[in-house]
Amino acid sequence: MRTATGALRYQATALLGVVERNSYLVKRYGWWELAFFAWTVANTLTIVFIAKGVEANGGTLDVERETASLLIGAVIWSYLGIVFEILTETVAWERWEGTIEYTFMAPLPRAVHLLGMGAFAVLYGVLRTAALFAVVAIFFGLSFPDADFGAALLLLAVASISFVGVGMVTAVLPLISPEKGAQLGFIAQGLLLVVSGVYYPVDVMPGWMQAIATISPATYALEGIRAAVLDGAGVGAVWGDLWPLLVLGVVAIPAGLAVFRAGERYAKRTGSLKRNG
Amino acid sequence: MQHAVEVIGLTKEFTRRKGRTRTRVRALDGVSFSLGRGECVAVLGQNGSGKSTLVRALSTLLIYDGGSATVFGHDVARDERAVRRIVNRVSVEASFFKRLSAFENLSYAARFYGLGRSQTRGRIPEILASVGFPVERAGAPMQDLSRGMQQKVALARALLTSPTLLLLDEPTTGLDPRSKREVQDFIRQVHAVHDTTTLLCTHDMAEAEALADRVGILHRGRLLALEDPAALRRRYGAATLEDAFFVATGRALEDDIEDDDEEAA
Repeated sequence: MRTATGALRYQATALLGVVERNSYLVKRYGWWELAFFAWTVANTLTIVFIAKGVEANGGTLDVERETASLLIGAVIWSYLGIVFEILTETVAWERWEGTIEYTFMAPLPRAVHLLGMGAFAVLYGVLRTAALFAVVAIFFGLSFPDADFGAALLLLAVASISFVGVGMVTAVLPLISPEKGAQLGFIAQGLLLVVSGVYYPVDVMPGWMQAIATISPATYALEGIRAAVLDGAGVGAVWGDLWPLLVLGVVAIPAGLAVFRAGERYAKRTGSLKRNG
Repeated sequence: MQHAVEVIGLTKEFTRRKGRTRTRVRALDGVSFSLGRGECVAVLGQNGSGKSTLVRALSTLLIYDGGSATVFGHDVARDERAVRRIVNRVSVEASFFKRLSAFENLSYAARFYGLGRSQTRGRIPEILASVGFPVERAGAPMQDLSRGMQQKVALARALLTSPTLLLLDEPTTGLDPRSKREVQDFIRQVHAVHDTTTLLCTHDMAEAEALADRVGILHRGRLLALEDPAALRRRYGAATLEDAFFVATGRALEDDIEDDDEEAA
């Protein structure tokens, strides 16, 4: 019992160590954080103004609903993008700083390491996204009187688990190929952006892209959150989006860990752990 | 008697790519040796002789192809977690998050070894002071520190986790003479005061002779000899370790074989 408690305490300390390190980095790169945030705000505003632009050009559409829909897409993608990027950069970042061997030779279980990155990503993502939402909402004065925010947050929480898992899979790419791995991670993120219906309904895409959309957690998260926020759909009504997210989450984390461990073994066999691209 | 480190027939090959051509390079070729508890052993070798590969294999960062290695009875390949708890390393590059301070770098690294805030708050300044690092600079970003100071922080990081096996991979290479002497003094002090077993890989003959109980010669992945410095000189009929190395390998220590750090493909 005492051993189990000790092991648990050790793992909690190690997990908090990952969160602590990343918090220090955010603090030390404060001006970059500000710059990235300003860029995200500008990017989100640009997208959300599209609905007003269509109306100004003579198009007919429910501007308020489209504006809100685009805002949800931009804000949720910003959040999921942060979670995905932080996980994806687990290896690339450390290799760039030269610390990777010290992290990988520490008695830090890989699951704790990656889940620590996931925990930080969710925490950081929530704070950044809340700030983004607050700033953008000031510009548009939107209100969501019917919204079921509880259902929306539940969907977002479950989607985060899937994204952490998918991020673990892409994090392994720089381990397998120091030269091309990080680039492949960006391509994977771009693919998710295109197929997940971030700014348009999934059914406007060609059939093969819709097929890929069915395995993207962002597809279900966005559909469900839009229904919850715009139409007030409760947990029961968004169940059709929630259960695929639960399944993806249950599969993604163990699959992500297994893929990462396999990649780590490959890197240790070939000597590519340290090598720079 | 249980050895602190026991390495038997360790073998490791890498694939090197040049254009479309792939060649196999043998970085370790049946290396066998043992270290007694509290002993300091230096391994001399040129760049590319396999020193870093040996250190990486013992610190669980490489999976070796053949042979076996144990650290305090724990099999390095099968019991990685147990080995990691008792081993730490200082390499030629200081390897830190450069924008973080010494305190921040040491703090998060200690968490990875299960040391909580209450254990590190007082311990970090204490250990930094013991390596001769000016504690008032513990909050400065690592990128603003000299190479010598960074290497002292690297030593502090390794010692913070109280390793029973310390792997030093050219810890003084590139340091100015004063920093070099300070780091060497500290290694000597750790060896004398703590019960730490040390494997020092270096191409500095004087450093090896000054710090180590026994000195080995690693050449093209093969450990040619491992004896106390006087016995090594006698074996090769040489007046100095430098001469002994030359007789053993046919080369001067400064000659490079190939870049040891870029052996993989």
